Amino acid sequence: MVSEPIIKTVDLNCYFGSLQVLQSINIAVQRNEILGVIGPSNSGKTTFLRALNRLNTLVRTYSQRGEILLDGQDIGTIRDNVLRKRIGIIFALPQVLPVTIFENVAYGPKVHGITRRENVDWIVEEALKKAYLWEEVKDRLNQPAMKLSGGQQQRLCIARTLAVGPEVILYDEPCSGLDPISTAKVEDAMQQLKVDYTQILVTNNTKQASRVSERCAFFLMGELVELGPTKQLFTKPQDKRTDDYITGRFG
Amino acid sequence: MNGARIRQHIAFSILGIVTLAIVVPILLVIVYIVVNGFGAITWEFLTAAPRQGMKAGGIFPAIVGTVLLVIGTMLFALPLGVLSAVYLVEYAHDNLFTRMIKLSVVNLSGIPSIVYGLFGFTMFVILLHFGTSILAGSLTLGIMSLPVIITASKEALESVPNTYREISLSLGATKWQTVRYCVLPYAIPGILTGTVLSLSRAAGETAPILFTVAAFYLPRLPRSIFDQVMALPYHLYVISTQVPNIPLELSFATALVLVALVFLMNLVSIFLRAHYRKKRSW
Repeated sequence: MVSEPIIKTVDLNCYFGSLQVLQSINIAVQRNEILGVIGPSNSGKTTFLRALNRLNTLVRTYSQRGEILLDGQDIGTIRDNVLRKRIGIIFALPQVLPVTIFENVAYGPKVHGITRRENVDWIVEEALKKAYLWEEVKDRLNQPAMKLSGGQQQRLCIARTLAVGPEVILYDEPCSGLDPISTAKVEDAMQQLKVDYTQILVTNNTKQASRVSERCAFFLMGELVELGPTKQLFTKPQDKRTDDYITGRFG
Repeated sequence: MNGARIRQHIAFSILGIVTLAIVVPILLVIVYIVVNGFGAITWEFLTAAPRQGMKAGGIFPAIVGTVLLVIGTMLFALPLGVLSAVYLVEYAHDNLFTRMIKLSVVNLSGIPSIVYGLFGFTMFVILLHFGTSILAGSLTLGIMSLPVIITASKEALESVPNTYREISLSLGATKWQTVRYCVLPYAIPGILTGTVLSLSRAAGETAPILFTVAAFYLPRLPRSIFDQVMALPYHLYVISTQVPNIPLELSFATALVLVALVFLMNLVSIFLRAHYRKKRSW
């Protein structure tokens, strides 16, 4: 925890129109950690996540103040497509494109100019292996991705993100639509990915955060209430509000 | 319970009758044209130029003329229409300027076709010195077709789920790559439908080509896009009302060819749509 953080936000304030959604968020994300982000609905978790790869800007009324640094560089100076190649995201519901399994994973490499067939084949296979999906789909890569189960689709989304070669992977409640077994498989994949990637997991499921993450942040009404080692946050929270939330007194 | 069933029965019957009322006239028109015109359809009628003041020979130059006009219209209106729709849906912000464009598109579709003809005549034939030509006619028909193509393309683009765009952008694709690979492919069936609809209309219009391209009697094929041509709808008008003593059968045969041409275009679009639907896999 002494190394330079890979992502750092400095006094980050986010607004949709005149509504302030995040208030002076200061977070440093360490390289190769899994950072859990918990909090009730409307606490600003997702906005925080989508601020990091600037997806919020797709909403026209969005504005923000403050700085987000990636490897010490202000992301405002990085072009959208480059930034999003470096910081990938997995959405809440598995969102696959209505094309084949292969084409879903190959889409990222394609838009980044990788066209040689054997290179693409290799990238797709590696990505699917890392996402723990290869064994289940290797014989039917040319089938529609929409025929896969929800859990498989979500791992396909992870593979699709990995195929682009990101440094950071953001998860926006990735298991909210999945059964426990599929959830376990996604969590397994996340553990294996720690070696190469920094991961930020936004979840409504506090148990999941406690299982998967090393450090955990608790958001409430746009404020970062507490950030600490997951074990400490769940056993000896410093703030009364954190305690109330994790013990289920509200939210 | 019983009363409800009877009411449902009555309602269904009314709906059925209304539907029939739409289908029957169309069928009647087609049957009437076929019955009256089919006898005159010969190989010569389809492949020869008119002779003896259009009383004999065929309508080949008019068929070629209409086909060329449709192709010219498509070459002009399809790219322009689709690209405008892409701009309006994917790029334009909601401001006074884009609202004005949208309003213009709607109004453009309400303008009578003879006004397009007059505009095309002064703009392309006279001002731009294209003369009475395929070019001037295609451009005039193209402008007339634009509103339908733009509206259909806009609706097709808007019906592509936003999540596709988000997926693509989140993987680091640029805006244009997203439109090119993740939006347009899924909008093509809808765009095709609108395009063929408007081209069918262009194929059958008389007023816009009246002053801009159509020849009264020109029994040869055009040599360049600056030539006049005969066209089926205008030819039909001419032989039905302007030249005395032409057998009615010839008019019906000409109408039959025009309807068949439009039907053929619709058939092609159906196949193309099926082809593109197959390419995406649910």
